[in-house]
Amino acid sequence: MEKIVNALITGLAQGSMIALVALGYTMVYGILKLINFAHSEIFMMGAFAGLFGIAAFGGNSAPLFAGVAGTLCAMAFAGVLGVVVEKVAYAPLRSRGRGLANTRITPLVTALGMSVLLQNLAQLLFTARYRGYPQLLPIEHTRQVIFVTSILVMIGLELLVRRTWTGKAMRALSVNVEAARLMGVRTSRIIALTFLTGSMLAAVGAVLYCLDQSQVYPTMGVVIGNRAFVAAVIGGIGNITGAMLGGMLIGIIGEMTKLTPYSGLQDVLVFAVLIGVLLVKPTGLLGTTGTEKV
Amino acid sequence: MLGRRGLVKMIAGALALSAMTLGCDKKGETPADNAAQHAKDDAEWKVGAYFSLSGEETAFGVDSKEAIDLAIDEINKAGGVKGKPIHVLYEDNKSKPEEATNKVLQLIDRDHVLALLGEVASSRSRAGGIVANKKKVPMITPSSTNPDVTKVGPFVFRACFTDDVQGQMGAQFIVNTLGKKKVGLFFASDDLYSSGLAKEFREEVKRLGGEIVMEKSFLKKETNFTTYINELKSANPEMIYAPIYYTSMAPVARQAKAAGVPGSMFVGSDGWDANELLRDAAEELDGAYFTNHYAPDVPWPNSQAFVKKYKDRYNRTPSSIAAQAYDAARLLADAMGRAKEMTPDDIRAAIQDTKGFQGATGVISIDAERNANKPVVIVRIKDKQFTYYATVNDKAAKQ
Repeated sequence: MEKIVNALITGLAQGSMIALVALGYTMVYGILKLINFAHSEIFMMGAFAGLFGIAAFGGNSAPLFAGVAGTLCAMAFAGVLGVVVEKVAYAPLRSRGRGLANTRITPLVTALGMSVLLQNLAQLLFTARYRGYPQLLPIEHTRQVIFVTSILVMIGLELLVRRTWTGKAMRALSVNVEAARLMGVRTSRIIALTFLTGSMLAAVGAVLYCLDQSQVYPTMGVVIGNRAFVAAVIGGIGNITGAMLGGMLIGIIGEMTKLTPYSGLQDVLVFAVLIGVLLVKPTGLLGTTGTEKV
Repeated sequence: MLGRRGLVKMIAGALALSAMTLGCDKKGETPADNAAQHAKDDAEWKVGAYFSLSGEETAFGVDSKEAIDLAIDEINKAGGVKGKPIHVLYEDNKSKPEEATNKVLQLIDRDHVLALLGEVASSRSRAGGIVANKKKVPMITPSSTNPDVTKVGPFVFRACFTDDVQGQMGAQFIVNTLGKKKVGLFFASDDLYSSGLAKEFREEVKRLGGEIVMEKSFLKKETNFTTYINELKSANPEMIYAPIYYTSMAPVARQAKAAGVPGSMFVGSDGWDANELLRDAAEELDGAYFTNHYAPDVPWPNSQAFVKKYKDRYNRTPSSIAAQAYDAARLLADAMGRAKEMTPDDIRAAIQDTKGFQGATGVISIDAERNANKPVVIVRIKDKQFTYYATVNDKAAKQ
């Protein structure tokens, strides 16, 4: 019993971290109907920015201050990087792609290209070696800190989306970009803000992930990016609550499998759940079918 | 696309090329004969070396090269081999197996080397070894431990022990030396190195009368080990064997400490041998042991002489990789000195006959399977350093 409770706590911490990353996928998809494959690399870059930020603000000698300041650095850097990726790889296609048949495929390809580019850039800048992350908090409490921080950040996002004008505009865009534009919403600005927010969330997730795992390296985005993407789809891509739910679900399933002798089948099980959910409800757990206009 | 003129040129080129290769074939010379012929005329003995001098595992290649340079300079200063100095031609395989194949081909066909040294990573040694064996040029890998590497044929040797031996030694150390019977096993199921060591360990523990009370395996990409560690802990093992890479071991150590499992309960393998492990988890792993090829403070005169020379020249403590490369180079030179004629074939036979070679990593003999029979060192992590703890004798494992 104690084992199960322990695994559950770990699962919730892991899940909330995955959820933070999944939110970036789901928010961008909600508005642009685009899967931003570069999101996992923004996560990785955020982790590096956090590492340098923490070191610059005193590292182990001032753990709390350095941790908070480092996280803010990571958020600022990842946020800007997210906006840059949007402006470089997606915005030009949006303005030129109208009328083309393949407007859904082209941004997908540039997204993949961006992902490869950022990963290789990181290897060039930081080399492929693993770097150690300073241990800022007593390791016994890492799980709790991860869980609480993630939940607080998610509440913040919920308030942003539900209570502010920007949030309202984001929701309007997710219903219909053209109509929102006609109503006077500056769509390109809201899209940039969406990338900014999503990337900042990923950066928080990245710092938490590194505190838990104690290492940073250029390919670290791949594993967590995959899981977060699956989480977003299970929850119903485009739905913010769904992404949180999906993240938690994946975290808990992952830890529960580790209790069995079949821990190698962790991913198999996660994808089986994904397929199962999609078979029963193709839009994901909390997803709704949008009205398709012809 | 291709104009008629282009096409003609291409066909002409292809014909010329095939004529050239035919021409070579007509003489009936093997690369080995060529090398022997060139060796007679040259003022130096040419030896090829292929390492990862760039790319992901640059550190391995650079450490090896520095140690080989040290060894060869020493030998040449002392008069070389059979009156001529040895000249090492280095090639960079960019940390890629396919490049290793290319570079070995180049060294043999273009440079006519008598023998080869390389690589550190087993995948690249195997790629290079297949070519060397086919071309009948002897090759010694300083530090590839995967059993398959030397199985490619009679021309490929290694100057280190294999993973099988290391797994068995880990078991003997825990059961015989430390006297612990109840052992936990923790390894990466999708990694050949890790799962191979686990297999040998499992069998040896049973043979020695010990018991594996809990076994947990993870996927290489895993990053959170808390649940696994709690599972291992619940079975109350006296020691935990973790033959994994330092990249996984650092988070394992931190998370184990959080779960109340002290680092001193862990025994690992040579995958732990990296300064990064000390950097990230030295405190958490205080008192842990791992099997290795060498330790900088191992009290053998040969090793200490090597450490001093290396420090004098490069101003840092040699890694295990460096010590092994130094031994491989000197072992090759020793064999060249004993070879009847300076031909790849005779050098091969001389390497095969190596018995009781005094190396920096212990006394090395080459066995019938072309693997090195040599002692395994137990390293202990103490005061944020890798320190020599004990030597376990290889021969005991083979009784």
